[in-house]
This record gives sequence, C-alpha cells and structure tokens, in this order.
Amino acid sequence: MAEAFQFELVSPERLLVSEQVESVVIPGAEGEMTVMAHHAPVMTTIKPGVVTVKTAAGKEERYVVFGGFADIVPAGCTLLAESAVAVGDIDRTDLARRIQEAREDAADAKDDEARSKAEQFLSQLTTLEGAILPA
Amino acid sequence: MPSLKDLRNRIASVKATQKITKAMQMVAAAKLRRAQEAAEAARPYSERMGAVLANITQAVGGGGDAPALMTGTGKDDVHLLVVCTAERGLCGGFNSQIARFARDHIRRLLADGKQVKIICVGKKGFDILRRDYASMIIERIDLREVKTLGFVNADAIARKVIHLFDEGSFDVCTLFYSQFKSVISQIPTAQQIIPAGVASASAAAADGGNAVYEYEPEPGEILSDLIPRNISVQVFRALLENAAGEMGAKMSAMDNATRNAGDMINKLSITYNRQRQAQITKELIEIISGAEAL
Repeated sequence: MAEAFQFELVSPERLLVSEQVESVVIPGAEGEMTVMAHHAPVMTTIKPGVVTVKTAAGKEERYVVFGGFADIVPAGCTLLAESAVAVGDIDRTDLARRIQEAREDAADAKDDEARSKAEQFLSQLTTLEGAILPA
Repeated sequence: MPSLKDLRNRIASVKATQKITKAMQMVAAAKLRRAQEAAEAARPYSERMGAVLANITQAVGGGGDAPALMTGTGKDDVHLLVVCTAERGLCGGFNSQIARFARDHIRRLLADGKQVKIICVGKKGFDILRRDYASMIIERIDLREVKTLGFVNADAIARKVIHLFDEGSFDVCTLFYSQFKSVISQIPTAQQIIPAGVASASAAAADGGNAVYEYEPEPGEILSDLIPRNISVQVFRALLENAAGEMGAKMSAMDNATRNAGDMINKLSITYNRQRQAQITKELIEIISGAEAL
C-alpha cells in the first residue's frame, strides 16, 4: 500500500476535503497528473475537470472543479478550486448554465486571443459534461 | 396631562414595537450564526491563497513580468474606493461608521489633490455618500436580491474593478468594509487591493517556502491568473465580514431597542397607575364631601 499524505480541497465558500489520501488525480492546465506522497514541489493551474481522490482508507471520491490552482509539496497537496462539488451533487442545470455562459463569452470575444481562450474553456466544459453525465 | 385612555394606547403601541424589535433581534441572532459560519468556512481559502501568492511572488521576484495589477500603474492620481455597506438599516451605527471612515479618507485624498471615484456596494452607503459625493459615485452594486452571499457575487464585483483597471480608469483601489471583531465591535477597515500588497507577501514567503518549485505553466502566467482571483477572494472576504458585522450590529441595536421599550413601558405603567389612583381618590373625595354636606 502506498504511503498516505495530506490532501486539501478548498473552495472560496468552504473547505471540502482535508484528509489523508493515497493518491489524487488533478486535471492540470497542461495535462492530468497523479499526485502521490513525496511528489516534487509543483504549482499548477487547473482546468475544469474531475479530481479523483483515493483516500487512505481505500475509498475513491470524485469532485468536479471549475478552474483553480494546485499547490503540491512533498508533505501534501492543496487544491484551491474556484468552485468545487462532489460528482454526486452536481447540478445539471448549473453546468448547462456555465456552458451557455462560456458560449456567449466565445461569441462576444473581441480579439482572437480572447476568443481562443473562451473556446478552449468551452471545450473543456463540454468534455467535462460528457465525462460526468453519461447520457 | 394625557388622559388614561391616551396612556393605555401608548403602552399598547410601545408593546407592539417591543415585540417587533424582539423578533428582529432573534432573527439577527440566527442570521449572525450563519454569517459567522460562512465567514469561518471561507477563511481557509483566503489563507491558502495568501500562502500561494507569497510563494509565487517570491518566484517571480517582482521582476519585469509581474502583472500590472500587482505593480500598479506607477501613478497615484486616481483612487477608486469600493465602499461595502449593508443593504438595510436598523443596525445601529454600522453603516454610518463605514461611511464616515470612507468620507474621512475621501476628504484626505481630495485635500492631496487626487481624483476620487467611488463604487458603492450596498444601498445604505450609497444613500449616505450620495449627499456629499454624488458626482464621484460611478457605480452602485445592489445585493438586495441575494439571499446567501456566494463567491459569484464577489467575483462579479472584482471583475468590474479589474475591467476598470484595464481601461486605465484608476491607479489605486481601496476596499472599505467592516471587520467583524465581535458581536458588539466592528472595526471599519480600508484595504488596498490594487496594486496588491507585495511587500507583506514576500515577507511572509521568507519564512515559509524555501522549496524549489516547478511551475506549470510559467510563474508569470500563473500569477496573472492568480492576482485577479485573489482580488475576488478579498472582496468576498470583505462581503462576508460585513454580513456578519451587520447582523452583529443589528442584534445589539435591537437588543437595546427592546430594553428601552421595556423601560418605557414600566415608566408609562407607573404614570398610568398613579393617575388611575388619583382619579379614584378624587371621586371618593367628591362622594365623601357630598355626603358630609348633607
């Protein structure tokens, strides 16, 4: 069994998770990564996606996050999410609203850079929708 | 001298008022607990955010690629004040305290020849500041419809501020709110959010992070994403502290009002009883002297 480390998932509203875990899969801005104990210090932005937490007790929990940061040090990992919900509690209408907003953003983007950013965000959201909401 | 009937009416009306203030006090107490919990729940995020920010500031080292939100425009001419107050009154000196604090600040800035712009969050602050500085208020944000303060509300305000900054409408942004110390004491506070306080951040980093971090993507890029978020967090914290402070102030104000109403009822009752007794005595004297005259 792998060694456990401290993982914290924090959203502006509250502290969602603070416990000993075995591994965490984080949707980093430049690709997914699995964090285990004694990971090299990394700081990364995260894109909208699913965080999979494997607790020390062996349970697997999944959370949906919408952007944020991960601060990884050998002793632990802190994930600052802009907004986070457990996959079981996700609200379809809320997700649909976010997608709608992203679509509008992409439509009114002024320059190419902003448009490509908005479109990227939109595609991340739609992938996310596909991943967590089996039709 | 009011008649007995007048006194009876007054006592009834004061009693009705007392019932209302009592109910408001209890509502405020319940809401205070919720607001306090929300403020406490939000604390870990802002603390961690501070730590991350300190760490990354150190990495960037305040070099040329630090975003403008952090270094400022290099000028100090136009000040934007975001004044957060409550949407409702009947909470003692809470709103006027913040407004007065902001007004002192504005006066000082104007005396220094700076230009001042104001964004009012909350109706009460707007009402107070409008009297003197109506021309400087550029925006009024209404949170009356909002039942529970969410991060989205704060984010919207922060986005507006950042948008204004990008347009170059101001150089320095200061946030005014009331820090929640305890139920009976709220301290009006001014906090500068743009440019962000780099000095304190790097001082905090000195004793914490000596690890060599890897950054994904580049530190500068993370930073430019992090700073706006940090502003949202600061605004969010201010709103939460304000909400808790408002409820605390309301609770103690209503508690005072209830007690005052009680005192008033006692006084009025004594007058009422005394007058009734006087009337009875008077009637008795009339009867007795009438009987004696026969």
